Amino acid sequence: MSDQGLAVSSPVTLPASASIEVVGGTAASSLQGAWRRLSASPIAMAGAAIILFWALAGLLAPWIAPYPPNKMDPTGLAYPYPALAHLLGVDHLGRDLLSRILWGARTVLTVAPLAVMGAAALGTFLGLLSGYRGGFIDMVIMRVGDVLLAFPKIILYLIIIARFGASALNIILVITFTAAPIVARIVRAVTLDVKNRDYVAAARMRGESAFYIMFREILPNTRGPLIVDFFLRLGYTTVAIGVLGFLGIGLPPPDPDWGGMVKEAYGMIFVWPHMTLIPAAAISSLVIGFNLLAMGLKEAVQDG
Amino acid sequence: MLRYAARQLLNMAITLFAVSFLVFILNELTPGDVARKILGPYALQDQVDTLTKAMGLDRPVIVRYFEYMRHALVGNFGESIVYRQPVAAVLWDRLSNTLLLTFVSFAVIVPVSILFGVLAGMRERSWLDRSVNVMSSILASIPEFAMGVFLLAVFVVWFGILPGTSPLTTSGGWPLWSQFILPVAVVTLYDAGYLISMIRQSMVEVMRQPFIRTAVLKGMPFRTVVVRHALRNALIAPFTVILLQLNYLVSGLVVVETVFAYPGFGRMMLEAALAKDIAIVEAGTLVAVGVTMFTQLAGDLGYMALDPRIRI
Repeated sequence: MSDQGLAVSSPVTLPASASIEVVGGTAASSLQGAWRRLSASPIAMAGAAIILFWALAGLLAPWIAPYPPNKMDPTGLAYPYPALAHLLGVDHLGRDLLSRILWGARTVLTVAPLAVMGAAALGTFLGLLSGYRGGFIDMVIMRVGDVLLAFPKIILYLIIIARFGASALNIILVITFTAAPIVARIVRAVTLDVKNRDYVAAARMRGESAFYIMFREILPNTRGPLIVDFFLRLGYTTVAIGVLGFLGIGLPPPDPDWGGMVKEAYGMIFVWPHMTLIPAAAISSLVIGFNLLAMGLKEAVQDG
Repeated sequence: MLRYAARQLLNMAITLFAVSFLVFILNELTPGDVARKILGPYALQDQVDTLTKAMGLDRPVIVRYFEYMRHALVGNFGESIVYRQPVAAVLWDRLSNTLLLTFVSFAVIVPVSILFGVLAGMRERSWLDRSVNVMSSILASIPEFAMGVFLLAVFVVWFGILPGTSPLTTSGGWPLWSQFILPVAVVTLYDAGYLISMIRQSMVEVMRQPFIRTAVLKGMPFRTVVVRHALRNALIAPFTVILLQLNYLVSGLVVVETVFAYPGFGRMMLEAALAKDIAIVEAGTLVAVGVTMFTQLAGDLGYMALDPRIRI
């Protein structure tokens, strides 16, 4: 599936080479330089522009969508193709495609960031705890993560969604729990790297709590790798939401969801291909945006 | 190395055990559902209770789990309620179809990725590197179902030169080999992008090594440096990742199988999960997790064999 970050991590202890790749320097001070390099990177800016486009589309959907997204109009099927009345045409139930695409952007750009933020928060916490405390806690957290990562992701989605039902909340939870072990590994690797530095020892010496040290002294070092991971993960998650929709276990109809739109119109591809191609193009472009931005970010952070 | 393999096998057994228990609990904690599923929504509660008892589903979940595992160990995974056949029969049939598609895809993906990965990585941040990088990143960004739909629209709807479904029967008038072209193309375009970037990264790192500079400075042609010295070293690190694509393919093919109606393992899992065909879901999960862990072990061992610096 999409998230091949999974492929690099392993449920068994691997040789050093196969460990999670941690990109970027760990010095927080280099972030400003990274930002300057980022804005000079055409790849990153192209990605950012695409994301901004869809973010605006989703944000403004209630005002700029020409029709209500679920309003069926069977007469539209007389000429379902793009035309003045319906700029992108209508779908197989006569619903305006442009409106559904705009509202679909709103859906995916709400669900994906929530899921990724959930994973980042949970993963960061577990990774810090695991790396800083070590010992038994570390072993338990890593073993549970191993078991979760041993599942091929799509199978895990299938089992859980089929068991508990498809809803936005369940999708967010599934993605949070499947991605958190990966984030935890990244954070843990950085934590192990910095926890023996002098400034951490100094903080311990002046009697700071473990909580303070984990979040104020160590956490800032994970910013670089985590930001890159965040945008990559947004891309993966957008794909995952699309795939779930396409497989028929995504967000429940009738509210527009790009993957679900592809699935619904797929049978009509020989007659009315635009109904399938337009949502497929929409989701592809958004994922391309996330990945281009992540690519530019990775270079910018690495050069720091 | 032997001891390492033995320890990993033990680790795998423990993980597999945990996974099977987790899936069992998740699916069978409410046993009434199983009988209800078989009898349909119009059966009386009495009948459901009788069947639950007759199937032994009223016993504690732990007891049933160990009974299930005892049968599973000898290859008996029970009966599928959707396909009305023993699970093992359906499972092996579908799995062999998926393995076939996996190996054909793998045979295309690996050479393509090595070629482009090496071309891009041999001169870091050159125009060739940039274009391969951006292209592969864009291709890897397009979800498989979207890529499937795009290729289908062009080659099936527009030109009509390829079959739109791959049911692995020739009744539609298309020869078997032609039914593999589109599924393999979709998987390759999607997955190669990722492999290319891994191989490129490794190549970039090798090209920065002093021994490469030495080879270039002593006047060796760049081509020879790349082929004779860099290539071999650059393929060691991505070796594990390349092997791991096998297990991504086994379950990740579900989307491609759904797009092209290919009778594979992933689609079986999807259908079973949607129909709450628990016996199939449980057995399939065990197989999928087992495949994942075996490829990982094979990756580790192969990696150690390739790189003499690593000894465990």
